[in-house]
Order: sequence, then structure tokens, then C-alpha cells
Amino acid sequence: MEIETLKTPNTNPEYSEQEGKSKSPYQLALRRFMKNKLAVIGVITMVIIIVMSFSAPLLTDHNPTQTNMLMIEQPPSSEHILGTDGSGRDNWARLLYGSRVSLVVGFSAMFFTLIIGVILGSLSGYYKGFVDSLIMRATDLVLALPFLVLALTVMSLVENITVTLFVTIIALVSWPTLTRIIRGSFLSLREQEFVLGAKAIGASDMRIVFRHMIPNAIGPIVVNATLMVAIMIIAEAGLSFIGMGIPQPQPTWGNMLNEALSVRILRHHWYTWIPPGVCILVTVLAINFIGDGLRDAFDPKSNQR
Amino acid sequence: MYKYIIRRILVFIPMLFALSVIVFALAKAAPGDPFTTMLDPNVDREVFEERKEALGLNDPVPVQYARWIGSAVQGDFGESIVYNGRPVMDLIQARFWNTIYLGLVALFFTIIVAIPIGIYSARNPYSMLDYAATGFGFIGLAIPNFFFGLLAIYFLSIKLGWFPPQGTVSGSEVSGFQEFVDRMHHMILPGITLGLASTATYMRYMRSEVLDVLGSDYIRTAKAKGMTDHNVLYKHTLRNALIPIITLMGFEFGVLVGGAVITERVFNYPGLGTLFLDAIINRDYPIVMALTLIFGVFILVGNLLADIFYSIVDPRIRYD
Repeated sequence: MEIETLKTPNTNPEYSEQEGKSKSPYQLALRRFMKNKLAVIGVITMVIIIVMSFSAPLLTDHNPTQTNMLMIEQPPSSEHILGTDGSGRDNWARLLYGSRVSLVVGFSAMFFTLIIGVILGSLSGYYKGFVDSLIMRATDLVLALPFLVLALTVMSLVENITVTLFVTIIALVSWPTLTRIIRGSFLSLREQEFVLGAKAIGASDMRIVFRHMIPNAIGPIVVNATLMVAIMIIAEAGLSFIGMGIPQPQPTWGNMLNEALSVRILRHHWYTWIPPGVCILVTVLAINFIGDGLRDAFDPKSNQR
Repeated sequence: MYKYIIRRILVFIPMLFALSVIVFALAKAAPGDPFTTMLDPNVDREVFEERKEALGLNDPVPVQYARWIGSAVQGDFGESIVYNGRPVMDLIQARFWNTIYLGLVALFFTIIVAIPIGIYSARNPYSMLDYAATGFGFIGLAIPNFFFGLLAIYFLSIKLGWFPPQGTVSGSEVSGFQEFVDRMHHMILPGITLGLASTATYMRYMRSEVLDVLGSDYIRTAKAKGMTDHNVLYKHTLRNALIPIITLMGFEFGVLVGGAVITERVFNYPGLGTLFLDAIINRDYPIVMALTLIFGVFILVGNLLADIFYSIVDPRIRYD
């Protein structure tokens, strides 16, 4: 009698038959991400928006800052697809070039905030004690004022707002949230065995933080950084909308909407203000979808209920 | 718990102090002194210096700070630079209640929409309405409130004529109950605009909280004892599911104040938001200082109340 060797099938759904070995956490996360329809739609939308903003010169012949006093507030025509604004500038060109500023502000402000957040958050979560309470009280203070109120107050201190200055100010106002999130994951990571192990073999603090802790906290960091881009784009739009953001003539989606503060434009020239608003909405929606998709991909438990 | 509350209050006091220092420092960092812009350029240099001395602008900064905070706690924030030297407190008082009412309308809208829909979504997950609510939640969080406000004015006020597009009252001829109705009518659109993002947030929270509680053991026990669904919901589920929502409301001040700055601008609504924005544009620092301090105090008090409330209603939380 022959006994067949029982081959126990691997019950792990993420086990791949072809390669015969388990995948790395990043590959697993990527696979879960690709299964999320909304997240994939978000990625596709973002790619389209980014490609359009980079190829703006191919999509329009008009200069977004070129005023033309003879062509003020023209309705849409074959020459000006979305008409012209109050200074005779082509709205379609402003929309395309404006996306560059909005996206650049969104991504660079996120990046700046991320750097501050990672440095302060890891200092706070890794060393605890005095450094931690100092940094935490500072976050409490910044959070004691609404983002917009603080940003506006700081904005009023400078004479001429440039894109760089603008990004710096909103990053300096919005670092506490990310700092707290990173601190939170560091506080739990530092108690784990692998950190203890690394300490035991004499790894330096820098090495422990960068080689062991940050890669393990990458999930919340990436998710919140992604969502932060959306927050930054809305912040730019809001500040430019009330005339305290990126100044004219540089087009951004926010300062295009600024024209709608005039009741006449609002009432009669919908093609001036609805398109940039829709662009902001679609971009933010896409980024939020990606962010949610990343959250579910990095932390499968969050989606199980 | 009492220890925690006392410690929490003790932390609150230095926070207040630090907040006031920051507000003062920001205003001090402003280019030029506010006094120069008020003055006729033909005035003698000597007279100018004398006035400056008399106003205490030459005193050491800590002395200036002490003087400012000393009168601020008595409700005296000095005089506005732009509004012909009117006391800042008068300007704030004239608009304070407009913003409070607007905030209340927004909060009311948030609660009556978010909580019932959140509960329904949790009890009927993956139903049509749940999907619709999720979609609404996504859009509500993604749409900038000013764009929503502009769309609301364009479609509901201009195109359909259902709501007045701006202001707080139509005219002075109405009075009594009619005036109240008229005011409410003016506040519906700005209120919804202001409350939209919070509505979407609360709805999501409510849904996941109720789902969480419904899946817990004690709910199963209650059902096994033969309790009706209605009683399970009202006697067991909501009590626990509402805790995070109410805590969230403590942090609502900041959201409402920040949102009010832009929403009030869209609707030309005479509240603290527009006052603040005008002061920022005109660099009217006495008003900016007063308002940032007031906003900050409101938010700190809100956070304090939320923390205290949380420690009282949820004995599961342990503080050490």
C-alpha cells in the first residue's frame, strides 16, 4: 500500500503558486492596492491630470498671462474654448498652466511638511522624555489656532508672496498633524523586539531610526503624506480664492475662482469659475481615493469590518 | 479620573499663556508699526516721537506685552486702525453673534444629517443608501467649501431663486417672528456650506462606530436575551457609538472658525470671519490679535471640554 505524501496546499491567499515563495510586504501591498477599483481610478485620473499639466503648451497656443484688453470676458468660442477672463486672458490656457502651480504647491508643501514631520516625529517618538514633551506642546500650540487663521496671519507679515514663500508658510503651519502621526507609530515601534535587538547589537540611533523604524512606519507615513497633498491643494485654492495666496498674474485654480466673488461673473460667466472648481474637486477626489487605497493596502485590517 | 482632569486643567493654563505670547509676537513681527500708518506724514518728527512715547511703543517688549494682555483680559483690545479708531471690542461684539448663529446652524445641519444617515448606513451596510451616503461623503470631503458655496449661490439662488444669495436680512421692514424666519432663510446656504465637511466626517465616524459596536459581544448577548432591535440600538449601541462623535464636537470650534473665514466671504456674511479677513488685508493688527486670541481660547477650551468629557463618560480609558 502506497501512501501518497500529502502536500498541504498553502492556504495563504497571498501565496503565489508560480514563484513558490511568499511576497515581500511591499509587493503584497501593491497587489492589494491594484485590486481596489477606486484607488486605480484615482491613479489613472492623477496621471491624466499630471500629463495634461506638463503638456500644457501642446494643448493651447495661448499665453496664460497675456492680457488683451480687446478680448475681455469673451464667451467660449473655437478660439477661446472656455472664453476669456476680466483681463482678456484665455481661460483654457490659465486652467492648464494653473494646474502646474496647484500641483507643484500641493506636492512641494507636502514634501516640506513630511520632512519636518519625520524629523520632529521621530525625535519625539524615539527619545520620549523632555524632547517629546517639548515637541508635543509645540504641536498643541500650533493646533490651537485654525490652519487658515494662522496661515493668514503669517501671510500678512510678508510683503510679496511668491510660490516658494507660500509653500514654506503653509508647511510651517501644517506640520503638527504629521508629526503626531509619526510619533504615534514610533512610540509603539520602539517597544518592539527588533528595535531592542538592534540596540543590543550596538546599532546607532540614526541607523535604528532610518533602517529599522521608518521602513516599518512607512504605511501611515505614505498614506498621510498622500492625503496631505489634497489638503495642501485645497489650502492653496482657498487662500488664493480670498486673494491671499499666489498673486496674479500667475494662474492657479484658486485665483481663477477668485473672479467668481464678483456677482456679475458668478451669474453670467459660469465658464470662468466652474472649470477650475471642478478641476480641484476631481484632483482632490482622486488623491483621496489613492490615499484610502494605500491605507487599505498597507493595513488590510482597516477594511475588514 | 479626577487626577487626570486636574492635570489637564493645569496644562491648559500655560497653554493659554503661550498662545497669547505667540499672538503678540506675530503682531510684533509685522513690518512697520501700525502707528505710522495712522499718522499724517506732515506731522513733526518730534511730535511723532512724543506720541509714540505716550502710547508706550518705545517701552521694552515684555512691558508692552504685559500691558496688552492686561487690558485684553478685561475685554479691551485697543482701537482699530482702519475703522476710524473704533474700539476693537465693539467691532467684535457687533459681529460675534452672527458667527455663533452661523456655527449653530452648521452644527444643527451636521447633526440632523450625519447621525441618522450614519446609523442607517451601519445597520444596512452595502445598501443603496449606504453607497449614496459614501459617495456623498467622498464629495463632501473633497469639494472646497468656497466652491460648494459658489455652486449653491449659482444654482439655488440665482437660477432657482430659492434662497437669498448673501447678507443676513432682506430689509428692516420685517420684525418679530418674520424677522427670525428671514434670518434663518439667509443662513441656510452658508450654514450648509460651513457644515458640509463636518457632515461628511461625522457620517463616516458614525457608520464605523455603530458597525463596530453592533459587532461586539455585549450586543449579541442583549439580542440573545430577546431584546428588540429598537432597544438594542437606543439602549446599548448609541450610548457607546456617540462617545467619539461628541468628543469630535469639542474639536469642532477650530473647523468652524477656519471654515467661517472663507464661507462668510463667499456669502458676504457680516461675521467674525469677514472681520478677520478684512483686518488681515488692511493689516489692522489690533483686530487680528484680538480675533486670533479669541479663536485660540475657544479652541483650547473646546479641546479641554472634549478631553474632560471623554474621561468622564468612557471609564474604559485609563490614564497613567
